[in-house]
Amino acid sequence: MSEVINEFKVNTEELRKKLTEVGKNKRKVDGDKIARGRAQYVDDIRIPVDKLYHAKILHSPHAHAIIKKIDSSKALLLEGVLGVFSHENVPRVPYTTAGQNYPEPSPYDTFMFDSKVRYAGDRVCAVLAETPEIAAHAIELIKVDYEMLPAILDMREAVGNKTVIHDERDSTGIFDKDKNIAAHVKAHMGDPEKGFKEADHVFENEYSVQYVQAAPVEPHIAVTYYDENDRLIMYCSTQVPFHSRRIVARVLGIPVQKIRVIKPRTGGSFGVKQEILVEDLCAMLTHLTKKAVKLEYTRKEEFNSSRTRHPQIITVKSGFKKDGTIVALSMKLLANTGAYGSHSLTVQCNTGSKALCLYNTPNVNFEATIVYTNLPVAGALRGYGGPQGYFALDSHFEECAKKLKMDSIELRRKNQVKVGEELSLTKALGEGREGFMQILRTCGMQECVDKVVKDLDYYNKKKEYDESNKKSHIKHGIGIALAMHGSGIPGVDMGAASIKINDDGSFNLLCGATDLGTGSDTILSQIAAEVLQTETSKIIIYSSDTDMTPFDVGAYASSTTFISGVAIAKAAAQCREQILKTAAHLLGEKLEDLYCENSAVHSKKSKKSLSYQDIALHTLYKEDQYQIIGTGSHITYDCPPPFSAQGCEVEVDTETGVIKLIKYSAAVDCGLAVNPVMAEGQIEGGVHMGLGYALCEEMKFDAKGVMTNASFLDYKLLSTLDMPEMKTHIVETFEPTGPFGAKSVSEIPVDCPAPAVANAVEHACGVRIYDLPITAEKLLNALTDKK
Amino acid sequence: MKLNLKINSETKVFDIDIRDTLIDVLRANGYTSVKHGCETGECGACTVIINGTAVNSCIYPAIKCEDAELITCEGLEKDGKLSILQEKFVEMGAIQCGYCTPGMLLSAHALLMRNPNPQLEDVKDALSGNYCRCTGYVKPVDAVMAAAKAMKGAK
Ligand code: FES
Ligand code: FES
Repeated sequence: MSEVINEFKVNTEELRKKLTEVGKNKRKVDGDKIARGRAQYVDDIRIPVDKLYHAKILHSPHAHAIIKKIDSSKALLLEGVLGVFSHENVPRVPYTTAGQNYPEPSPYDTFMFDSKVRYAGDRVCAVLAETPEIAAHAIELIKVDYEMLPAILDMREAVGNKTVIHDERDSTGIFDKDKNIAAHVKAHMGDPEKGFKEADHVFENEYSVQYVQAAPVEPHIAVTYYDENDRLIMYCSTQVPFHSRRIVARVLGIPVQKIRVIKPRTGGSFGVKQEILVEDLCAMLTHLTKKAVKLEYTRKEEFNSSRTRHPQIITVKSGFKKDGTIVALSMKLLANTGAYGSHSLTVQCNTGSKALCLYNTPNVNFEATIVYTNLPVAGALRGYGGPQGYFALDSHFEECAKKLKMDSIELRRKNQVKVGEELSLTKALGEGREGFMQILRTCGMQECVDKVVKDLDYYNKKKEYDESNKKSHIKHGIGIALAMHGSGIPGVDMGAASIKINDDGSFNLLCGATDLGTGSDTILSQIAAEVLQTETSKIIIYSSDTDMTPFDVGAYASSTTFISGVAIAKAAAQCREQILKTAAHLLGEKLEDLYCENSAVHSKKSKKSLSYQDIALHTLYKEDQYQIIGTGSHITYDCPPPFSAQGCEVEVDTETGVIKLIKYSAAVDCGLAVNPVMAEGQIEGGVHMGLGYALCEEMKFDAKGVMTNASFLDYKLLSTLDMPEMKTHIVETFEPTGPFGAKSVSEIPVDCPAPAVANAVEHACGVRIYDLPITAEKLLNALTDKK
Repeated sequence: MKLNLKINSETKVFDIDIRDTLIDVLRANGYTSVKHGCETGECGACTVIINGTAVNSCIYPAIKCEDAELITCEGLEKDGKLSILQEKFVEMGAIQCGYCTPGMLLSAHALLMRNPNPQLEDVKDALSGNYCRCTGYVKPVDAVMAAAKAMKGAK
């Protein structure tokens, strides 16, 4: 375990009060331009070339087939078509679309084009044409001969199936190709077998979760061209500009030096834009033709051919002493990664390391088998394995409490990990390799629970509904769920930044950290301003341009505030030191007597002041001129967990199965919230996504593995009308390892809604649903079965 | 062919093809606040106001806009200052990635044009066709309610 090294500490109320920029609801730095309709997303950028060409992809209609022949003769005759590209004329390089750190923990099992398709939605070939309409027409003219192969459409049938999905020779990093196992992981602590033997009660349940989508409103899009210096410029809607550059360089076989990736504003990401899904092909077409190319997914393609949350079948087993003390816990997963193994190992590792650390069990067992099927590809999605694990664990705990005849909140409280204790599985389950043992330093769970209990009037209502539910088919229920998550990937994630002063005392902040719509540009500006003791509005932030900004792994794993934030603070501190030194020289005073406040340096002794503007003008124009500039990088082996308690009240009509969300309460301990309103926004958005997971979102497939609801009309997302009345709370703690006491906030909110709803539904009508989503139909069937 | 219309209080003539959808014409002429998330009328990112009504421009034939009066997000501000509604969106954290924001603002603006005293249910109803994956709708709905209140005060 590392020493906590963080000079940007806030650990007392006293220090908290002194903050002027951090911990405040500063105006979103890019809010005005968005509200005015002037923000530039990839599709809004005007690139400096005469002509932009348009690419379209032909996707496979079949779940599993060999491509015998692609007849593109008719398409090529169409006026305005530049070419048709497929495995026949594009180099074959195995890679992963996962967009992760190097070396990637996901298998290299994907090809830009292959002679085999592995799911309905897989790439067959692409057309480049003068207009999108011509490209679409050309796609229709292409004839493909397929030799159909048997398809594996049920994850339970994958292991050891006669059909082998990845029978190609050149893919690497697959756990067991012949058995269709993409990845496998096993970890334990203590002696689980002994633990179960010594338990007074042992409970076991199986849960399952479905295929869902991230569904950002802006689809995947890239625009690429060669500039006058013969460098490949890529505008992409991505979370990982630097990984994207590295991966595209490899797939194209050109040096990283040749590529510049620019991320303008992003229209939502949620993990699915960590995936390199369009920029590889877009860049390849530019590379092969030297034309400027745009490639954008339609919504249908976004549904069929992007990435999803991993479906899982989860078996949870727990052993308790009579008094409710947990002595053994085991979780076994079968997970479906679809046709390719993107994030297959790491998402499932996270299911274990996040969910199994919440309760302090001496004997823990975790095993995950991640299999290939001929269905859409799973990948990174906000929560990253957490929502699956917590649906199982929180449902299970509720059931255990019932059987133990204990209050479920009390059972959780009794067994929950406490400050000072180790988080059991964090060492065994790292980012696809051994991780780093974490010690819990801050935990606001009790306060979170208190808030939710109060909002819902939990105990009174529970009793009240137990009575009133006997009298009517309209029943009410209350449910609660708890979760913890992480902050960044310890020992892996790195962020960097530089800050320089301008003539007027404003500052340019350049950072690799990627604002994917979460507001990190604002948060990071606030952190810089706090360290520099200036106003957030004096910080001009520019982020995520591989030519212009320092490196950052990108925005994922809830890392931006916690990791990039410290890099920015370090850069700002360097800047501040130079400012102070110059001021000491100009004022003829000692460094110790000076301090920064209100965009100026002040002397405690002489009471004299020098504004940043004076200092900048001096260093830039007057004497021994130099640029005040600071840089900072940050990596850490700490990964402090944020905590959340959430609960809801539902109304269930037992005659129809229809579930109505009445009230929702969510409390999150995210350390010190750098911008509380924005943190609340993260919680509310996460809850919205989690409630969709709980109640209605589900990709459906026909008997041949083709998605049947690939539109917003048929894939139901919750609208304003479906959302319950909602209360959001931020419970502040001071995390010593985070910048100014901050932990992460963006992923944890998604972990709780599904189990909270499942628990509430069970309370209302006495039926537990073990597989998401909890639709009216499913509930009605379960109610009928019960009768 | 030519399309004559008034957009954001300016009279304009656009060159269009008879098959063009309104979104394509608007975006091609620089009104890039009009976003697209589905192009099938299901997400609301492409919302514009035509003669006082919020419509999805991705399924609206441009040709039907002859002599119409349009408002896009670019037209909400007055003399370079944010409108009260825009201000509330920024101030109250109703914007995250912002991709849905222009559409939401216009749906809300159309509501407030016809009903300056909306109830919570009216606001939810007006925004129900605007899909947002980031905010959970809590803050956008609050912002519209706050804007309605502030606009009354401003009068
Ligand atoms: S783009 Fe028009 S409704 Fe989605
Ligand atoms: S703010 Fe991102 S979709 Fe609404």
